Amino acid sequence: MLYVVIAFLCLGILLYFLLGGADFGAGIIELFTHRRNIRKTRTTMYHAIGPIWEANHMWLIIAIVILFVGFPRIYSTMSVYMHIPLVLLLIGIIARGTAFVFRHYDAVVDEMQVVYNNIFVYSSFLTPLFLGIIAGSAVSGHIDVQADNFLDAYVFSWLHWFSVAVGLFTVALCGFLAAIYLIGEAEEQDRRRFVEKALILNIVAVVCGALVFVAAQVEGVPLLEWLFGNAISFTAIVLATLSLALLWFLLGRGQGKVLRVLAGFQVTMILLAIGWAHFPDFILLRSGDHLSLLETQAPAATINALGWALVLGSVFILPALFYLFYSFQKKPIHDFEV
Amino acid sequence: MDDLFAARSQMALSLGFHIIYACIGMVMPFFMAVSHYRYLTTHQDVYKRLTKAWSKGVAIFFATGAVSGTMLSFELGLLWPRFMEHAGPIFGMPFSLEGTAFFIEAIALGFFLYGWGRFNPWFHWFTGVVVGVSGLASGILVVAANAWMNSPAGFDYVNGQYLNIDPIKAMFNNAWFTQALHMTLAAFTATGFAVAGLHALMILKKHNVVFHAKAFKIAAIFGAVAAILQPISGDLSAKDVAQRQPAKLAAMEAHFHTEKSAPLVLGGLPDEGKKQVNYAIKIPGMLSFLAHGNFEQEVTGLDKFPKEDQPPVLVTHIAFQIMVGLGSFLMLVSLLYLLALWKKKKWLYSTWLLRLFVLAIPLGFIAIEAGWTVTEVGRQPWILYGIMRTADAVTPMPGIVYSFYLFAGIYFSLSLVVAYLLYRQIKAVPTLYDVTPEPTPVAH
Repeated sequence: MLYVVIAFLCLGILLYFLLGGADFGAGIIELFTHRRNIRKTRTTMYHAIGPIWEANHMWLIIAIVILFVGFPRIYSTMSVYMHIPLVLLLIGIIARGTAFVFRHYDAVVDEMQVVYNNIFVYSSFLTPLFLGIIAGSAVSGHIDVQADNFLDAYVFSWLHWFSVAVGLFTVALCGFLAAIYLIGEAEEQDRRRFVEKALILNIVAVVCGALVFVAAQVEGVPLLEWLFGNAISFTAIVLATLSLALLWFLLGRGQGKVLRVLAGFQVTMILLAIGWAHFPDFILLRSGDHLSLLETQAPAATINALGWALVLGSVFILPALFYLFYSFQKKPIHDFEV
Repeated sequence: MDDLFAARSQMALSLGFHIIYACIGMVMPFFMAVSHYRYLTTHQDVYKRLTKAWSKGVAIFFATGAVSGTMLSFELGLLWPRFMEHAGPIFGMPFSLEGTAFFIEAIALGFFLYGWGRFNPWFHWFTGVVVGVSGLASGILVVAANAWMNSPAGFDYVNGQYLNIDPIKAMFNNAWFTQALHMTLAAFTATGFAVAGLHALMILKKHNVVFHAKAFKIAAIFGAVAAILQPISGDLSAKDVAQRQPAKLAAMEAHFHTEKSAPLVLGGLPDEGKKQVNYAIKIPGMLSFLAHGNFEQEVTGLDKFPKEDQPPVLVTHIAFQIMVGLGSFLMLVSLLYLLALWKKKKWLYSTWLLRLFVLAIPLGFIAIEAGWTVTEVGRQPWILYGIMRTADAVTPMPGIVYSFYLFAGIYFSLSLVVAYLLYRQIKAVPTLYDVTPEPTPVAH
């Protein structure tokens, strides 16, 4: 049952990245869209994510609940030593989620919209940045449980070149995912713009990816060894690179669905490569100790109950979720009353 | 402000706001579903417009409830990591089920909000009902987790170790049913009265009277039925607390000294130093009866507990008085309203009854906050009753007070925006939801 729980944890993180991440990306794209086109972009985006956005962000809750029920030491260690970025992440989540709903459910459209829009786009940028920072710090070995001063214990645990580079890389990937998704949603005349955006963001993502390698060298994180030191990570990196080449080739040839699958595949491979490299360790501490998913788990009774709850839950959730995606993909939402 | 007090304040603040958003978000879908049902069966257009107007409210409150709930799932660890490290595996079961219920609610809400004219009308209606039912289930599950903190179960505590963990037993602890019942009825009462009161205000102002009268009736019936059932659930809870947490009951009643045929203390100002209650009305033997069903029986007082295990009396007692007082008032209004519906039809159009409902807009929520203060402050100094102290659970990180200020700023500004949005929604009723000219009301 432990492996079922771990599988759901990985699935939750992956889907949050692919679906929730694309939602963040849509806000990031809005941040870098020219004033002239912003209204169009906003409408396209709303039609794409309006009905499904609440569901997309549930994956984070699933992942966090699995952590605190199934792996309490990992949860409490992260909560203590990454308190500050977690609080900043939360502010991003609350600001973004409410601004998105408020701007569509305000009965009067006036200058308040500017406020909502600003909150929405900046928090769309900050939230994945801090998600990346947290993920980067979990494996960078900067968390020092023996630290005796505030800065070492609670600030330098997460504030360093490697985590910031991972944060920027995450932001770029989210934007890239969103641009690819929106190519399929946009009307004919706007498609060009999203293709351009996807191309630019893809280049940005590659640059940020390179930055991650540089930062890893600076901070002494053995990233190269992780990625090329085992067959699965290595294969995943090769596949991600190949799919990148294919994606560049197909971009602008109007293959909405194929592009989405490729972009999703690429991100999945990146997560797989890095995740596999230190599986089952979830947090690497400065002392050299690791918090492993196979060693810090809750007692068997809890893991069994949690596993069954997840399996039963997914029997209800997954079909309903597929039907939701399917229903709102058939026809653009603006053909219907809201 | 020391770190422990700052952490407690931040948790109280976060839950205090979340409880309001969550109650409205889980109860309003039921109003919406009733109105939608009326539309599907009677084909009166006003019900469709009402359903849509309410669904905007549901969307706003669901979103704020969802993000504030997400924050809480992190804050548990950010503020109380020592507690979560031990408690997570034991009381995690309701949280993992709640994750599922919440997820289903989000999916169903997507179908409902964007599904007009797109699905079979009854399927569309059903998705609205699913929003309500799964929201209610989420609420009950979260309360079950809180009940476990009051009534620890499903593990053996041996030499500081938590052994033989049974998450199912922990979920079905002794307090879960009484607490969940009380909270659910409270949510229906508070939301019913708040919504009915707002519509009553519009009727009094003679704005879109037919539209608001339909809305008023649906919300008022839900609120009234729940408010009348609440005292029964309150009695169950009191007897249960007397059994399980005598110190909490003693603090609620400012019952300092253990005695037989103990009096019920109404109102008053407890003096914790002199161990007496000033300016209170005392009903002899009543506390013994309410707690144990017998006018003679001994009721444990605070003197049976060492000083360091006693909850704060002043706050708990006053909060309890506020909850009971407001609950009783809402029950009386409910009885009047049901009497009006049943026998005295002409009361239904009278301004005094509508004014009572307007007065009651905030009262249910004030009662909820007070009741929640009773259960949380009354459990102190424990975070996990009798096992772990709140002071031992707090995060080692210093400077929590800044985090408290930050969260206070966020919640207050968020609530201001939500109130502003609702105000604009209500003001927009004549232009968005009820544009047809008003027919003259037909006398019955």
